[in-house]
Amino acid sequence: ENTKIRVKPDHSGVVTDGVKHSMNPFCEIAVEEAVKLKEKKLIKEVVAVSCGPTQVTETIRTALAMGCDRGIHVEVSGKDYEAMGPLQISKIFAALAKKEEASLIILGKQAIDDDCNQTGQMTAALLDWPQGTFASEVTIDGEKVKVVREIDGGLETIKISMPAVLTADLRLNTPRYATLPNIMKAKKKKIANMKPADLGVDMVSRVEVLRVDEPPTRLAGVKVETVDDLVAKLRANGTI
Amino acid sequence: MSFALRPTRSLYAHLTTSNFVQCRTIKKEHTLKSGGWERVIPAFRSVCGEDGVSLGEAVREQHGRDESVHRCRPPDVVVWPRSVEEVSALAKICHHHHLPIIPFGTGTGLEGGVGALKGGVCFSLRNMDRVLDLHQEDFDVSVEPGVTRKGLNSYLRDTGLWFPVDPGADASLCGMAATSASGTNAVRYGTMRENVLNLEVVLADGSIIHTAGRGRRPRKTSAGYNLTNLFVGSEGTLGVITKTTLRLYGVPEAMVSAVCTFPSVQAAVDSTVQVLQTGVPIARIEFLDDVMIDACNRFNLLSYPVAPTLFLEFHGTEKSLEEQVTVTEEITQANGGSDFSWARDAETRGRLWKARHDAWYAALALRPGCKAYSTDVCVPLSRLPQIIVETKEDLMLNRLTGPIAGHVGDGNFHCIMVMDPNDQDEVIRVHEFTERLARRALALDGTCTGEHGVGLGKRALLREEMGPLAIEVMQGLKTTLDPKNLMNPGKVL
Repeated sequence: ENTKIRVKPDHSGVVTDGVKHSMNPFCEIAVEEAVKLKEKKLIKEVVAVSCGPTQVTETIRTALAMGCDRGIHVEVSGKDYEAMGPLQISKIFAALAKKEEASLIILGKQAIDDDCNQTGQMTAALLDWPQGTFASEVTIDGEKVKVVREIDGGLETIKISMPAVLTADLRLNTPRYATLPNIMKAKKKKIANMKPADLGVDMVSRVEVLRVDEPPTRLAGVKVETVDDLVAKLRANGTI
Repeated sequence: MSFALRPTRSLYAHLTTSNFVQCRTIKKEHTLKSGGWERVIPAFRSVCGEDGVSLGEAVREQHGRDESVHRCRPPDVVVWPRSVEEVSALAKICHHHHLPIIPFGTGTGLEGGVGALKGGVCFSLRNMDRVLDLHQEDFDVSVEPGVTRKGLNSYLRDTGLWFPVDPGADASLCGMAATSASGTNAVRYGTMRENVLNLEVVLADGSIIHTAGRGRRPRKTSAGYNLTNLFVGSEGTLGVITKTTLRLYGVPEAMVSAVCTFPSVQAAVDSTVQVLQTGVPIARIEFLDDVMIDACNRFNLLSYPVAPTLFLEFHGTEKSLEEQVTVTEEITQANGGSDFSWARDAETRGRLWKARHDAWYAALALRPGCKAYSTDVCVPLSRLPQIIVETKEDLMLNRLTGPIAGHVGDGNFHCIMVMDPNDQDEVIRVHEFTERLARRALALDGTCTGEHGVGLGKRALLREEMGPLAIEVMQGLKTTLDPKNLMNPGKVL
C-alpha cells in the first residue's frame, strides 16, 4: 500500500490514526502454514491470537476466514499499547501456550512496523521450548518438527521436538486469499476476550522511546564539468 | 453507405529503423513564445508546490515514452498534481495559454499514447494514490490514478474481493479506464468497459465532471447518455481521469488450471468456440501456437509438446469445478486434444501460467538484439479459426517471426512480431503484415484493436473500421469537449 509514514509533531512516534491496518505479511504466512498443517490432519486445532486494541479483532477475523478455528483477543490499549513490544507479547504468548496446552506456536519472523524479529525467540526462551526460526519449510514427523531455515550462508535444516516455536520466513508458502463464503463463516467462529492481567502478565516496558525522526531528506547532487573538478571536490570533502 | 476511398497511408511510417534508437537529443518544442514559459512555470509551482514541477531532461524523457515501439516524444514540462482541485487549476492554466495536456499514469501503454507530439504539459498523476470509498457489501470501490491493479488487489486481500481485469503490466486503474484495457480473464469478468461504474474527469478547461453523477454507484442505470463509457477508451483525448469507481468481484473459492495440446490450430480454436458455446463459465482460455510454445520451452526450460496449445483456468466452488472440467475435457478430447496437465495449488498454477506470462520475453529471446511489436486484432469467435490459420500462412510466406499468444475466449490474439530494427527490409515486411492482419480482421467483422487502444499508430485503421460518418460524430464530440484540441493531441482521431 502507498500510505506515507508521518512522524507525530511531538516526535514520540509515527501517526497511526486513520491509517489502514492489516495483518503483518509474515504472520499471514504463519497462519497459512498452520491452516495447511490442519488440512493435512497433522494438527487438531488452530487458534489465532492478537494483542492490541479493539481493531485487532478484524485481523483475527481474517485469520479465521483463512481457516483458523477460533481466536483470542488479548486487549491492550492506550499507553500500554503504545509501549507494547516483543517482551510483553512473548510473555502473553507464553502464558497462553501453557493455558491452552499448545504444541506449536507459529508466528511471523518479524513485524514490518518495528522489524524487531524478537517475539518468537523470546517466547521460546520464556517457555524453554526449542525454536525453528526463519522457516522456509516445515515438516511434522511424529513428535518432531523438521525445519529448513533461511540463514545468511544458505539453508540450514534442523529437527526439533514439540512443543516448539516456529517463525515464518517469506518463502514458506503463498498465503491464500480469504474468500467471501469463508469470511461469512468466520463471523460465526468464537473470539475469546481477555486482558494481560488475566494471564498474570505485567505490561510495564523496560524500553523508553526517546525520539522518532524521519530519515534526513536527501540533498541534491552536485554536477561537475570535468574529471579534475570531480577529484578536487572529493578531496575537499575528505572522501579521498 | 459509400465513401470516397482514401489513399492508403502507411500506418507505421514513423516506425523507421532510426526511431527505435532511444531519443538522446531532445529538441525542445516550444508551444509558447519564450516569454510565456516564464509566467506559466511559476503558476504551475504555485499550484503543485516547488517539487511538483520539473523541467529536467531525464524526467521529461521518462514521461515521453511508454512500453510501445514508438519513439520518445517528451513534453516541455512535467507536473505532479496531488488532488483533483490541483488538476483543475493546472488545466485552467494550460487552457488559458493553449498548452497541450498529456495525462500520464504508469507509462505502461502499448500504443504510444503518452508521446507529447506537440510538446506541452505532462500531468503525472502518480501522487494521487489513494483507495477511497470501499463498499464491501456493494462490491464497489473508488480509486485515484496512482493506484495500480496489483496495488488495489493487495489492499483488498482481507475483504474476499478482487478486481479481476489483468493486463500484462501493473497498470494504473484510471489509465486502464482511459485505454479500455482488458486481460486474460475478460472471457469471464469482462473488460474495463463493463467494470467502470463512474468516473471523475477534469476537462480541458478545468471543469470537473462526474460521468454518472457525484458519488453514485448503482450496479446498473439507464439515466441519461452513457458518459462513463464515452470516457472509457478515450485515451486522454477528452479529459483527465482523476478517479474511477470500479465493480469488484468475489475471490473464487477454488481455481484449477490445465494445459492441453492439439494436433492443429483449427482443433484448438474449434475447442475454444465449443467450450464457450456449451456455456462453461471458463475464467481463462489462452492460446499459444507452436512457435510460441517452443519459445516458452527454451526461455523457461520447460518441455511442453511443440504444438498448438491451450492454457485453461476454471474458477468456482469445488463442485462446480469438477463439472466445468468434465465438460471441457470431453470437448477437447473430441477435437483430438491431449490429456490435461493439471495444477490445483497456488504454486503449481503459478508455474504453469509463468510460461504464458513470460511469452513476451520468450519471443524476444528467440532473436536477441531484436525489438518486438504486438498486434492486437479481435474478431467474432466463429471467425477465429479462419483468421489464425490465414495469419500463420502469411507469417510463413513472408519469413516473419511472429509467435502467437492470445485470449482466444474473446476472439483476441497477439502476434508478437520480433524484428531486427536495423533490417529495413524486415521492418517494412512487418509493417505490411500488420496492415494486412488488421484489414483481415476488419473484413471478418472484427476490430483492429481488442485491448491496446488506438494511440498513435492505428488512427487510419480506426477510420476504416468506423467509417467516415461515425468518425465525424467522434470528431464532433471531441470538438465539443475540447475545442482547442489540448487533450493529448494527435491520438485516436
